[in-house]
Amino acid sequence: MRSLLDIVDLTVEEIDELIATANDIIADPDKYAEKCKRKKLATLFFEPSTRTRLSFEAAMLELGGSVLGFSAANNSSAAKGESVADTVKTVGCYADIIAMRHPKEGAPMIASMRCDVPIINAGDGGHNHPTQTLADLLTINREKGHFDNLVVGMCGDLKFGRTVHSLIHALTRYENVKFVLISPDELKVPEYIIDELNKEGIPYVETTSLEEAMPELDILYMTRVQQERFFNEEDYLRLKDSYILTLDKLDTAKKDLCILHPLPRVNEISVAVDDDPRACYFKQVLNGKYIRMALILKLLEVA
Amino acid sequence: MMKVGAINNGVVIDHITAGKGMELYHFLNLDHVDAPIALIKNAPSQKMGKKDIIKIDAELNLALDALGYIDPNVTINVVKDGVRVEKFHPQLPEKLTNIVQCKNPRCITSVEQEIPHVFKLTNKETGEYRCIYCEAKAR
Repeated sequence: MRSLLDIVDLTVEEIDELIATANDIIADPDKYAEKCKRKKLATLFFEPSTRTRLSFEAAMLELGGSVLGFSAANNSSAAKGESVADTVKTVGCYADIIAMRHPKEGAPMIASMRCDVPIINAGDGGHNHPTQTLADLLTINREKGHFDNLVVGMCGDLKFGRTVHSLIHALTRYENVKFVLISPDELKVPEYIIDELNKEGIPYVETTSLEEAMPELDILYMTRVQQERFFNEEDYLRLKDSYILTLDKLDTAKKDLCILHPLPRVNEISVAVDDDPRACYFKQVLNGKYIRMALILKLLEVA
Repeated sequence: MMKVGAINNGVVIDHITAGKGMELYHFLNLDHVDAPIALIKNAPSQKMGKKDIIKIDAELNLALDALGYIDPNVTINVVKDGVRVEKFHPQLPEKLTNIVQCKNPRCITSVEQEIPHVFKLTNKETGEYRCIYCEAKAR
């Protein structure tokens, strides 16, 4: 039985297949309303994340299945010192599939090694969060219709943002994608990703200016610049506004720009932008549910 | 040079970086082996100036492949009936289990004691290994 731990576990063809299923679900949800009847999804959230957990639960409920689980480690036997392996072995006796978030990196891999039911990594520390990337990809697919020939801007905290790393990784597999990496010098993309881009001959530019980058972008992926990432407050105050997206900054943007954000947002996208047709981040949330439905179907091998 | 007799059946691990002999000795668990074993430290070497050597006069099932990770310089000589029948440099193993500890404080291995620490060879040219759980580099 397969699990999804990292986005690179999926081939391009498998991603295409998931996107096709998700699009079909969106077109005809009734067809899928009972696909997972009598199946149970366990959401094991050793660290709180309302958004991701509810998305998984909504996905399973819309497939006609049921859900069980916990939403914080202190509500589970982990608080008594039980190992991840023992927890998932136990839950594997009750559920058909497990979505798991854990603060420690690699915990879902341990789970997949010790348990017979499929495990979906719903975020392990700063390491992987593959279903967020799937939601990003589905949104790009629905808004643009293709992944090739796109200029993709990534803005904000590119150093610690795992969703950024994983989306770059996923998009490098398509033809003629150019990356524009917009961040303060302190929060540039890690060296190993730049090495990979260079090695594969994938075009990219690194810049500190969102305004300068704006006109050429097809996709703008915003992330939050967090104060705790800076060594001193002055630098933070100097830089924070340059990475806040406002309607003014969108003046020079393409008419069909697609603005994404993994959410939650704090202040990095002005609320006024929400009503602009280019704002796609709430559609992204909805797409997240549909792609999780497609993923559950695939891992449960429900036709 | 100090004389240590030749062996009949077993292995000679030669060209060990001087000072690493004891580490290899412990790694191979030789302190638990009931057989004639010599650990020679700081033997003169034309190639290396000085080197360590381990001679084991017994046919044992040793994890010789992993030696390539601990010391890439070593040469392994297999001896049968007093004659060297095979000589090789161990390759970098694809996987290291419980040889390197993951130092990433965010890795699951940092909180769960019984999980084996497993590293995978991710770059043959640079000899880079990464933790299979959190992908942190071996240090």
